[in-house]
Amino acid sequence: MTELFNKSIEELHSLLISKEITATDLTAETFARIKETEPQIESFLALNEEKAHDLAQAIDRKGITESNVLSGIPIGIKDNIVTKDLRTTAASKILGNFDPIYDATVMDKVYQADLIPVGKLNMDEFAMGASTETSYFKKTKNAWDQTKVPGGSSGGSAAAVAAGQVPVSLGSDTGGSIRQPASFNGIVGLKPTYGRVSRYGLIAFASSLDQIGPMTRTVKDNALVLNAISGFDAKDSTSAGVSVPDFAAGLTGDIKGMKVALPKEYMGEGIQPGVRDAVLKAADTFRALGATVEEVSLPHSKYGVAVYYIIASSEASSNLQRFDGIRYGFRSEHITNLEDVYVNSRSEGFGEEVKRRIMLGTFSLSAGYYDAYFKKAGQVRTLIKQDFDQVFNQYDLIIGPASPTVAFGIGENINDPITMYMNDILTIPVNLAGLPGMSVPAGFSEGLPVGLQIIGKHFDEATMYKAAYAFEQATDFHKKQPVILGGGKA
Amino acid sequence: MNFETVIGLEVHVELKTESKIFSPAPAHFGAEPNSNTNVIDWGYPGVLPVMNKAAIEFGMKAALALNCEISKETHFDRKNYFYPDNPKAYQISQFDQPIGHDGWIEIEVEGKKKKIRIERVHLEEDAGKNMHGKGGYSYVDLNRQGTPLIEIVSEADMRSPEEAYAYLEALRSIVLFTEVSDVKMEEGSMRCDANISLRPYGQEAFGTKTELKNLNSMSFVKKGLAFEEKRQAKVLLSGGEIQQETRRFDETTSKTLLMRVKEGSSDYRYFPEPDIPRFVIDDEWIERVRQGLPEMPQKRRARYISELGLPEYDAMVLTLTKEMSDFFEAAIDAGADPKQASNWLMGEVSAYLNSEKIELPDTKLTPDNLAGMIRLIEDGTISSKIAKKVFKELITNGGDAKEVVKAKGLIQLSDPAQLLPMINDVLDQNQQSVDDFKNGKDRAVGFLVGQIMKATKGQANPGIVNKLLQEELAKR
Repeated sequence: MTELFNKSIEELHSLLISKEITATDLTAETFARIKETEPQIESFLALNEEKAHDLAQAIDRKGITESNVLSGIPIGIKDNIVTKDLRTTAASKILGNFDPIYDATVMDKVYQADLIPVGKLNMDEFAMGASTETSYFKKTKNAWDQTKVPGGSSGGSAAAVAAGQVPVSLGSDTGGSIRQPASFNGIVGLKPTYGRVSRYGLIAFASSLDQIGPMTRTVKDNALVLNAISGFDAKDSTSAGVSVPDFAAGLTGDIKGMKVALPKEYMGEGIQPGVRDAVLKAADTFRALGATVEEVSLPHSKYGVAVYYIIASSEASSNLQRFDGIRYGFRSEHITNLEDVYVNSRSEGFGEEVKRRIMLGTFSLSAGYYDAYFKKAGQVRTLIKQDFDQVFNQYDLIIGPASPTVAFGIGENINDPITMYMNDILTIPVNLAGLPGMSVPAGFSEGLPVGLQIIGKHFDEATMYKAAYAFEQATDFHKKQPVILGGGKA
Repeated sequence: MNFETVIGLEVHVELKTESKIFSPAPAHFGAEPNSNTNVIDWGYPGVLPVMNKAAIEFGMKAALALNCEISKETHFDRKNYFYPDNPKAYQISQFDQPIGHDGWIEIEVEGKKKKIRIERVHLEEDAGKNMHGKGGYSYVDLNRQGTPLIEIVSEADMRSPEEAYAYLEALRSIVLFTEVSDVKMEEGSMRCDANISLRPYGQEAFGTKTELKNLNSMSFVKKGLAFEEKRQAKVLLSGGEIQQETRRFDETTSKTLLMRVKEGSSDYRYFPEPDIPRFVIDDEWIERVRQGLPEMPQKRRARYISELGLPEYDAMVLTLTKEMSDFFEAAIDAGADPKQASNWLMGEVSAYLNSEKIELPDTKLTPDNLAGMIRLIEDGTISSKIAKKVFKELITNGGDAKEVVKAKGLIQLSDPAQLLPMINDVLDQNQQSVDDFKNGKDRAVGFLVGQIMKATKGQANPGIVNKLLQEELAKR
């Protein structure tokens, strides 16, 4: 029964099938592990212990079949995904008392797959941040070094997986919020193509950029979970009516002849030497596996951060207006009239970073500024997309770092928004273009994990997984796990 | 100095789709507060709008009926503002690509026909309702939230309150014919804001306008504009300036009162709605909707005059609603004389509907039984007077006119053999009137006819009675 927490979904599934463990055992073990490690990691905002236990027992009674690898597997859920009767705060004071009456579409899919949601994971408030430090409730720690941030905004989701609290979690990615924390914690995180996974029930940050995706310890686990959560949803008009292939099917390790591009803009100034080295080594690994890796250019990617902070903040300024203290969530006690309800509830309920972005977005959409900011940003977004289209005319994949740096110290950048924003410089263009992107473990620098970003064509996650799997099998970075309470292997 | 009045109207029309424009909740009224709502209508965290295709099609229908061009590629926008009846704090509307644009309708005032141009027709969602209750609390009912609306914006083409009234009347009847809305101003399914300004005759530039709100009926629109026209003229003639402001119409005094002065324009920070992809309306779809449109009132009116020989007034009244017009046509198809059918519909039927405050479909009257009754009048089976009794029966309880006449014993007495003894009885009992008649007082005949009708309980055929009476009087 020991060390279940180190195992992948696939390994846990064989134990469940062979009846060495039951789903009930696994669930109990999961909560024991969470409680043991929470004081160090602080990744959870809410636990779903009683219901998870009931679900596990029901699954055991029903029996677990080989056809459903995910049955009985515990999963952690980022707290901006709406969960029925399970507190959902988006790590904000303004939703501090919010217990939803419906489930997000991904939650319906989680239940259909017999995955067991064990709790809600910490994040940057409303997913705005790159360190999970803007959470109103707690500061999650990096699983490898508890003086470092776990990245963000899906920092809780990444740290929980890396620390062995859960084998899989769901995160969301608007500008890098799955890939950068996956990179900081040495796990696999994938942001699907925009439209691949329903956004219904994801508390919107930037509607045209947000996607939910899986965070796991292995590539295959990741593919298995994406299989379960993908697909068209009539409740989300931006979800795509494209077929969902079996993402785990093509994982052969054979990528001979694959054409890989390495943009020079992704290896330039601001990239830590240790990160650059790891990526160059990864390129060599791909070559050794029979792929070609060539340098290309994405000339407009340098405008990505500026474009992103206009578009994402503009959409956010509108999306977050519904948190007005009228119908649900936090309402200020200092009110004498309607305007007070709005102004005071929002002033007291939102944190600094959220307010900063609301102001940025409100400004960008204002009469007289719309053309120079929001409209112009939309035009540059098109150019960024076209850059990618051109590269993908000749290449199957793009690789680069997922983040310019390894995990930084807690408190190091929190008062320096620009440095914090620049952390997403390599991930943002992917969201702007609606492309799928992932981070896979690619080595260590200064004792901290480095993530390799793999970017694919629209709706071609299958090729990304294929390459990521071959890379994973050719390296052993994913086998290293952080030491927490003596439970992990160094 | 003489001024020319310039008026433009913004009209909101509620579309009567089954469900709301962006949520599957029912779009019906009269339910318990907040019962026709769901998480989407509440602006719950995480929810997304899904476009109701029926609402798009209803909007297209109205736009086509108003002679608009349809935007082939269009999208929704967000209009951002905080208010408790607006749960997302943005209204999903259309800003730069309305579903319809560049339309027109024809109006007629004092025999003069005129085209009023329509700038745009756009789709949007309605807001909920705020209600102010006891103890300083306010309540929000979101039943109306998300009901589909079209906003129809006219060009500033109207030159008098009468033209504005005629425009609203024409607009209402056209939209009624498309059957996409009930278009009732009193119930709020049609709402109107009016912009009015004055300028010296011959001047091209518009004067400063004021906007009138709280116009809850078409006659209030006319009254409000008439008041405002005079008010503005007075201000200008005394050397004053018109302020750009919003004014409220007060029903009790028929005056307009200042609501608020416009200080710059509100900034709604419109931007394209990212939750609903742009959509294409292809020619095939437009054609299909166009084919489904009924004949519009203007065309019907012309046909009633030229083909059925109705007076212009009748043709106008009958085509005010599609219900009335369809009923009229069905009655003719069932064999009724057009002018007779028109008289009954404009007279007795309308009076009955007004007094009972109901609509034509709420009654038991059918085109068939009305036509049957009209035939009985024509062939002399019943008198017009008796017909009123038959009509009352038909409209309240229904049935076949012939059966009603038979069952109630209402058949007209036309047989001289039956009538003559009664006539002579009356003459015997009223010697004075017979004498008066002999002395040249014609009025006595009326009295005697009345007595005979009374004796026959109104069933006597008045024409025959008159003829027989003259003959009998001559004999005395």
